[in-house]
Amino acid sequence: MDYATLLQILDSTLRLATPLLLACLAGLYSERAGVFDIGLEGKMLMAAMASGAVAFLTGSVWLGLLAGIGASLVLAAIHGLASITFRGNQLIAGVALNFLASGITVLIAQRLFGQGGRTPPLTGDGRFGPITLPFADALKDVPIFGPLYHEVISGHSFLVYLAIALVPFTWWVLYRTRFGLRLRAVGENPAAVDTAGVSVVGLRFAAVGITGILCGLAGAYMATALQAGFGREMTAGRGYIALAALIFAKWRPVAALWACLLFGFFQALALRPDVVEAVVQVKIPVPFLDALPYILTVVVLAGFIGKAIPPRAGGEPYVKER
Amino acid sequence: MTFMKSLYGATAALALTAGVAAAEPAIIFDLGGKFDKSFNEAAFNGATKWATETGGTFKELEMQSEAQREQALRRLAESGANPVVMTGFAFGDVLNTVAPDFPDTKFAIIDMVVDQPNVKSVVFNEHEGSYLVGMMAGLASKTGTVGFIGGMDIPLIRKFGCGYAQGVVAANPAAKVILNMTGTTPAAWNDPVKGAELATAQQSQGADVIYAAAGGTGIGVLQTAADLGILSIGVDSNQNYMHPGKVLTSMLKRVDNAVYEAFKEGVDLKPGINVMGLANDGVGYAMDENNASLVTPEMQAKVDEAAAKIKSGELVVHDYMSDNTCPAATF
Repeated sequence: MDYATLLQILDSTLRLATPLLLACLAGLYSERAGVFDIGLEGKMLMAAMASGAVAFLTGSVWLGLLAGIGASLVLAAIHGLASITFRGNQLIAGVALNFLASGITVLIAQRLFGQGGRTPPLTGDGRFGPITLPFADALKDVPIFGPLYHEVISGHSFLVYLAIALVPFTWWVLYRTRFGLRLRAVGENPAAVDTAGVSVVGLRFAAVGITGILCGLAGAYMATALQAGFGREMTAGRGYIALAALIFAKWRPVAALWACLLFGFFQALALRPDVVEAVVQVKIPVPFLDALPYILTVVVLAGFIGKAIPPRAGGEPYVKER
Repeated sequence: MTFMKSLYGATAALALTAGVAAAEPAIIFDLGGKFDKSFNEAAFNGATKWATETGGTFKELEMQSEAQREQALRRLAESGANPVVMTGFAFGDVLNTVAPDFPDTKFAIIDMVVDQPNVKSVVFNEHEGSYLVGMMAGLASKTGTVGFIGGMDIPLIRKFGCGYAQGVVAANPAAKVILNMTGTTPAAWNDPVKGAELATAQQSQGADVIYAAAGGTGIGVLQTAADLGILSIGVDSNQNYMHPGKVLTSMLKRVDNAVYEAFKEGVDLKPGINVMGLANDGVGYAMDENNASLVTPEMQAKVDEAAAKIKSGELVVHDYMSDNTCPAATF
């Protein structure tokens, strides 16, 4: 494998890891606050449809992005209402949202455009274009680092850089702010937070809201940056892989970045079976490469690599004692 | 009581006569959906063509999940629809069990052979059409490397890829063909993001023409090829218009003709196997104003020459599904 091929795979890794990373961080906020969210997939799908549709209708990708975030927030609000306010089962609410999103996205897109649940192709300002970072062209000829900077690091859309910037930001929010402390506390011991006079319901809604915003970014990235429009079921299970990455990262933001990059790397490798074969000298079936993220997650859950301990109050609606 | 009885009787009689009088044809679309811009949409166009020509109406049903297959089929057959046409190989097993239960109803299945006395099986020689677009890819490629992106890894899609590879090699014996499949589950038909990444990966390996036989995933392939400034080849329906000047051609599979014929034959549908190939215009390649600038007269002449040879039987394109091997490519 030559350097150019490696760079191409890393470039692909970054693109494929971005929706995972955004969804993974989304899940992190929610689950750290004690609300399990299996509905990441549905929120991403909803955001992808809304951003694709609005970006096409207005011709502005920024309005599309806002619409995507808005649509995702609506689903997040339903999730919050069902599992926080009415203390329903969080997993069932999430699954229900996935079904809802799967059907309603196609329904709305079909009603608006009549193209079989697809939004029309976006052009020009309707899409996020690649951003060339400063000096990318000047440094192109510098050995080793130049091509790396030019091919892999530069030339992605705005949302890729935003997603990566969100990792240190999330770390700072969770571990260095009062809000973050309370957020983590409400996922571990909501009764203590309540005793301290802080609203458990309010904190959990805030967390679910942040989840909605991040899923909105993930969906909009897929429909307006990676692709030029929404297609039915286009998220293709990435919400679930993000959940696996979250467990793999043991609910920590920086680890989430590495987990998503690793999973993205596996997905990029699965696109190049010829390279894999050249490196390991054995023909590895592509489905095996596709399954690797799940296999690794099971390994982690089984306790072979450290121990994955979910937030203690996760999955349980908070009921004040009377 | 007697009044009620006669009322029921009248309703039943009415329903019966309505059923006989209508005997509407029906069509079931597979999971890709009616407007997939490809396979199912071609079927829908055929049905619509029949409806506008004859002024008749037809019943239609879009599958939403794998579990609905048998139920959907039975319901349409029970409703008196005749013939019932279904698109897609996945109906094969179900039709095999349902067809004997409705001996008076005629069924037509596309892309699969079902051996029942009341079933017409329409299969296409996709390898022949793919051979022609493969030749065109081989002639159009400047790098000598071309790509193929299939949807779900099933023998039918390998048949596309195998015919394509043979065509490429026929046009340019030194050419390299990169073959990729999107996945092994039905989700592989609807993953444009992965299709886009596969196209990027193939481009980085030097491919400058990519043939997508992948349903909704192909939309992503065509989009990315257009973004990267390389050529793509559409499938099933004419997809040249999706990116004018950037789609080299489309492999046409005249599912519309198959559905149209089946509807036209109506209750007199002739059971048996119907092979639609180049010779009877079942497959072909698309030329229109969107790709006129991409295809030179010499290219077209060479491809048409090969088409004539295939029609006359002088040239035989190997069918992957006949023995699960391919002389021009390994999967």
